[in-house]
Amino acid sequence: MNFANAFTPERLQEAWECFLNEFPLAIWETLYSTLLATLFAVVIGLPLGVLLVTGEQKGIRPLPRPLMSFLNVLINLLRSVPFIILMVMIIPLTRVIVGTSVGTMASVIPLTVAAFPFIARLVESSLREVNPNIIEAAQSMGAGSWQIVFHVMLPESVPSLITNITLAITTIMGYTAMSGAVGGGGLGKLALSYGYQRYRFAILYLAVIVLVIITQIIQSFGTWLARKCDRRLKEK
Amino acid sequence: MIELRNLSKLFTTVDGPVDALKHINLTVQDGDIYGIIGMSGAGKSTLVRCINMLEKPTEGSVLLDGKDMGTLTEKELRAMRRKITMIFQGFNLLMQRTCLKNVMLPMKLGGMDRARAEKRARELLELVGLPDKANSYPAQLSGGQQQRVAIARALATEPQVLLCDEATSALDPKTTHAILELIRDINEKLGITVIVITHQMSVVQEVCNRVAILENGVVVEEGEVSEVFSNPRADATRNLIYPELSEGVNIFREGGQRVRVIFNGAMASREPLIAKMAVECRILASIVGASTRSVGDRAYGYMLLDIPGTPEDLARAVSYLSKMPDITVQVEAEYAAKEGQA
Repeated sequence: MNFANAFTPERLQEAWECFLNEFPLAIWETLYSTLLATLFAVVIGLPLGVLLVTGEQKGIRPLPRPLMSFLNVLINLLRSVPFIILMVMIIPLTRVIVGTSVGTMASVIPLTVAAFPFIARLVESSLREVNPNIIEAAQSMGAGSWQIVFHVMLPESVPSLITNITLAITTIMGYTAMSGAVGGGGLGKLALSYGYQRYRFAILYLAVIVLVIITQIIQSFGTWLARKCDRRLKEK
Repeated sequence: MIELRNLSKLFTTVDGPVDALKHINLTVQDGDIYGIIGMSGAGKSTLVRCINMLEKPTEGSVLLDGKDMGTLTEKELRAMRRKITMIFQGFNLLMQRTCLKNVMLPMKLGGMDRARAEKRARELLELVGLPDKANSYPAQLSGGQQQRVAIARALATEPQVLLCDEATSALDPKTTHAILELIRDINEKLGITVIVITHQMSVVQEVCNRVAILENGVVVEEGEVSEVFSNPRADATRNLIYPELSEGVNIFREGGQRVRVIFNGAMASREPLIAKMAVECRILASIVGASTRSVGDRAYGYMLLDIPGTPEDLARAVSYLSKMPDITVQVEAEYAAKEGQA
């Protein structure tokens, strides 16, 4: 490996051509696997997060203790398996759902499995921020449990949910890069196959720069949106 | 009418069970503004939460117009809570919703259609004096304004009873006065029974017609406000009404003689009592403590006098003071006990 030769004019020229020819598809793959996985993870994780809050013994609709323990253990288990290992572990499941374990579409399954427990915990923490006195006020108006969830808890925690889901998206994007090592597509795969296997460091750096820029854009947008939605800020 | 019958609440904590309420019996008549007053930790908040069953009583029952709230099904209870609404110390408005949406919330929860709910919400905001704040968010309003929105929200379901849990404790005196005036207005115009939980005697004095004094989970005194003010029987009541007398005045001079002069609504422009007694009986009483309050144009409260001289002088002073209208005189019990021992 010769690091000094990585940035010669020929290498830079090669990187530029790669950027024009291969990056657009890779960026698209990264984005769609990230966003699709986030979407599925929210679909599973949001209700789960709600249950974690409402179902606890002091919650608004307590669930049986063993069920709550099971949910908590399940989430902790999934959260403690490193993503790259989880991906391999659930190859059979991925095959059943997508038909193959290779490719960008296939990587959405492990991404979802890795992300939904994370999202559930984030939703849980957002909902716990809601002032319990407001929930009590809703109960005093005769609100039922689901009415409290939909009319009070979720609307009141929207800014926090946006912030947390932004965090989840950036984390999941990090996972997509890892999935490049085990068959997934996107910028991660590009960086690994050119940079790690063929020592094309210019391309690797370029891929990293693009990833950083995308992360920045997503984070800034999420922060802006959360602030814009938050009606507690007086100057609005 | 709300009746609390033998109501008890026991909390199980890590430090063992805590009796928050012990065998409470109270009756609140329709149209009352009923004060429940006590120091922090007396059990006021638990008591008010038992009335709408946010806390389930351990023992005893709450009857609304003769119906036992404890026997209601979940669904019936939710319907009942729409008839007994509540406002809070912290206002507890939805911070991410406009004032209009906040007032509409109880109606939406009850399944009222949007157009009707919005119309009624606007009327209610008008009633509480905030018609121009419909599209503002709570964070843009002052505390007093937020409480007005909370009151509008509490009125949305046309309740029979309004529970006020320390509703003015977070407000400055002027705003407190304005909110209490609004509460009295609502009581008079809409005929809503009001239960006011507070630790401030001034609140009870300003709006309530009846009052119960709660101490350590027990009702130590209950009655018409004027009656309780003029002749507080329990120590807890005295401490709440006359906090300035609760310390420092129980020091007896050796051989001293002390009387308590109680004003039961003597006219405010009364005679110079002590000076007259000095002139007419030649008894030079010294005032060791005094606290009076005006309720309407009458004075309530009491004064502690040390009477120098012999027991005969004391007897003369007592009989002189007793002749005054609307005044009663008690020889202080502690002193009498001491004299008995001697």
